[in-house]
Amino acid sequence: MPAIQETVDQVRQIDVDQYKYGFVTDIESERAPKGLSEDIVRFISAKKNEPEWMLEWRLDAYRRWLTMTEPAWSRVQYPKIDFDDLYYYSAPKSTSGPKSLDEVDPELLAMYEKLGIPLREREILAGVEGASDRRVAVDAVFDSVSVVTTFKEELKKAGVIFCAISEAIREYPEIVKKYLGSVVPVTDNFYATLNSAVFSDGSFVYIPEGVRCPMELSTYFRINERNTGQFERTLIIAEKGAYVSYLEGCTAPMRDENQLHAAVVELVALEDAEIKYSTVQNWYPGDKDGKGGIYNFVTKRGDCRGDRSKISWTQVETGSAITWKYPSCILRGDDSQGEFYSIAVSNGYQQVDSGTKMLHLGKNTKSRIISKGIAAGRSDNTYRGLVSAHRKASGARNFTNCDSLLIGDKCGAHTVPYIESKNASAVFEHEATTSKIADDQLFYCLQRGLSSEEAVALIVNGFVKDVIQQLPMEFAVEAQKLISISLEGSVG
Amino acid sequence: MLEIKNLHASIDGKEILRGVDLVVPTGEVHAIMGPNGSGKSTLSYVLAGRDGYDVTDGEIIFDGQNIVETPAEERAAAGVFLAFQYPLEIPGVATMTFLKAALNAQRKARGEDELTTPDFMRRVKAASEKLNVTQEMLRRPLNVGFSGGEKKRNEILQMALLEPKLAILDETDSGLDIDALRIVSEGVNALRSPDRSMLVITHYQRLLDHIVPDKVHVMSAGRIVRTGGPELALELEAKGYADYAGEPA
Repeated sequence: MPAIQETVDQVRQIDVDQYKYGFVTDIESERAPKGLSEDIVRFISAKKNEPEWMLEWRLDAYRRWLTMTEPAWSRVQYPKIDFDDLYYYSAPKSTSGPKSLDEVDPELLAMYEKLGIPLREREILAGVEGASDRRVAVDAVFDSVSVVTTFKEELKKAGVIFCAISEAIREYPEIVKKYLGSVVPVTDNFYATLNSAVFSDGSFVYIPEGVRCPMELSTYFRINERNTGQFERTLIIAEKGAYVSYLEGCTAPMRDENQLHAAVVELVALEDAEIKYSTVQNWYPGDKDGKGGIYNFVTKRGDCRGDRSKISWTQVETGSAITWKYPSCILRGDDSQGEFYSIAVSNGYQQVDSGTKMLHLGKNTKSRIISKGIAAGRSDNTYRGLVSAHRKASGARNFTNCDSLLIGDKCGAHTVPYIESKNASAVFEHEATTSKIADDQLFYCLQRGLSSEEAVALIVNGFVKDVIQQLPMEFAVEAQKLISISLEGSVG
Repeated sequence: MLEIKNLHASIDGKEILRGVDLVVPTGEVHAIMGPNGSGKSTLSYVLAGRDGYDVTDGEIIFDGQNIVETPAEERAAAGVFLAFQYPLEIPGVATMTFLKAALNAQRKARGEDELTTPDFMRRVKAASEKLNVTQEMLRRPLNVGFSGGEKKRNEILQMALLEPKLAILDETDSGLDIDALRIVSEGVNALRSPDRSMLVITHYQRLLDHIVPDKVHVMSAGRIVRTGGPELALELEAKGYADYAGEPA
């Protein structure tokens, strides 16, 4: 039997049922009734003690959403979602913020442990001073409410605001009003509009002028409530000359029903500011027959609003049944830069349609796209990207590199690049390759004593190296592990 | 060490090996020569356990065990090493990383502890210096952009680190200039040992000037058709393979 045939058979046998994070904690939650209506929007707003203007903003979004239809252009297939059959709000019962770790539900702490939140971060959560100089602040989002926020004091000293968006709406209404919806407009797309109406929580980060955020900011999202759509909303603002690196990591428990996740992330970088946003996404991908799994319909966009600003997206996507996600950059300021580094791994019946948009508006703007797609099992993996130059974007430069790696012969990899240039001086380069793990490459590794599983892990890790290097240290090791776990059983 | 009995193997239904009989005692170096298409490379793949070849008859007795059904990685851990004619590239994986992964995988399979990094580094350093393999080369992705000579030196370096009981060298001289051939041959000769057997597969006699075999076998149309001492190689060099054309494989 040729090695590749063996690979195919073994991919087929992969037991995605043994999803590592498939467990459910039973913390009683408080949730809104099923379905969506103006009343539900009011309920969510009231739960969050929101001011009137925020409620109006949500209601406006809701009314617009009613007039919109779901997009159908992406290369993913799924049964029609009944939006009236979903819960739109769910929160752990004890919603008053804990003063200390003793007040945190022990089940929740146990969950962090199961999730394998890095020991050092757990120590931070537990208030233990680490030996390392580098620190991470964790704003843990458990379902929809921020439960623990650490390092707040130190961040405050630097003038950095890092809190739940609901808190920001109450405490910093002027900043929120100014920036919320300014990058992803309320009517941007079906899911973003839905999110605008019903978002329950998420993170808010504000870095004042000239401040380099003293630590990496990190959030763990977790979906824990049966049939609950998660509508996170994140807003990050870096003022002139500010710098911040934000890490987002996700896991979710096992579910029969599909869970809808429609987050919106907005980044604003003013003059000379830099924002680095990294994601490791590991939601439940569905079982081996393609049943269940998260629908991940996310709108992430950064606005390089000031001259010489820079926004960098790095993502490692291994989970979800369906991923529909295009972290993008609007290169508005002159000499601004956008980057997109992506690893998308699909196995089983997963469908990924992901990529980026680099919109060059300012002069001498630069962008760089490195995308690595790995498809195994019966999965479909599409890169979809747009690079455009406005007619005033003289000297715009883009370099795009899209590589796809196929494992087995039941999966698919697709590259759909859109390039639009309205300025003659723009220079856009596009490179793309598609390769299979070759029989002879595998045999070479086997002959040296590696198992086929080790061989695939080695070859895949080599394939994604350029992107892994872009991740903050905290995530690089975790991400490599995750990729190996995701392809576990694909051979060997 | 190695005893091949009446080995028949085919690929895609086409029989390439048609009853190979060969014995390589422990500590001896044997050469297999023969015209193109005689089945030399197929023999090396079948010995190493590559998928896609059907062994339809016969036995491969290695270290007292018939390994015909043994998976490639287990044969490797048991001490079978194949130096490839065309070593494969693995982009993004540093040569050093690959060496460590291979060595530790074999140690693990044999129930030995993994090497510590300092131990491993010491062994690599000792082996690489002899073969003129630089630290810079070890940091580069495995075989990516390596010259022909670098690739072959890298194969011998792996052999030195993995310390096999049986080393099969498939056309190790191909693509080497005279200086590279000398370095590689010296590397191989340094690994000759009373505990190690070698099977040197080559089309040309010139490699055997450097790696002098105990015995020379001539392969033609999927069989060993003649066996002799080192002088047989010289005879072949002078007369060519015309006498051994046989039926086309």
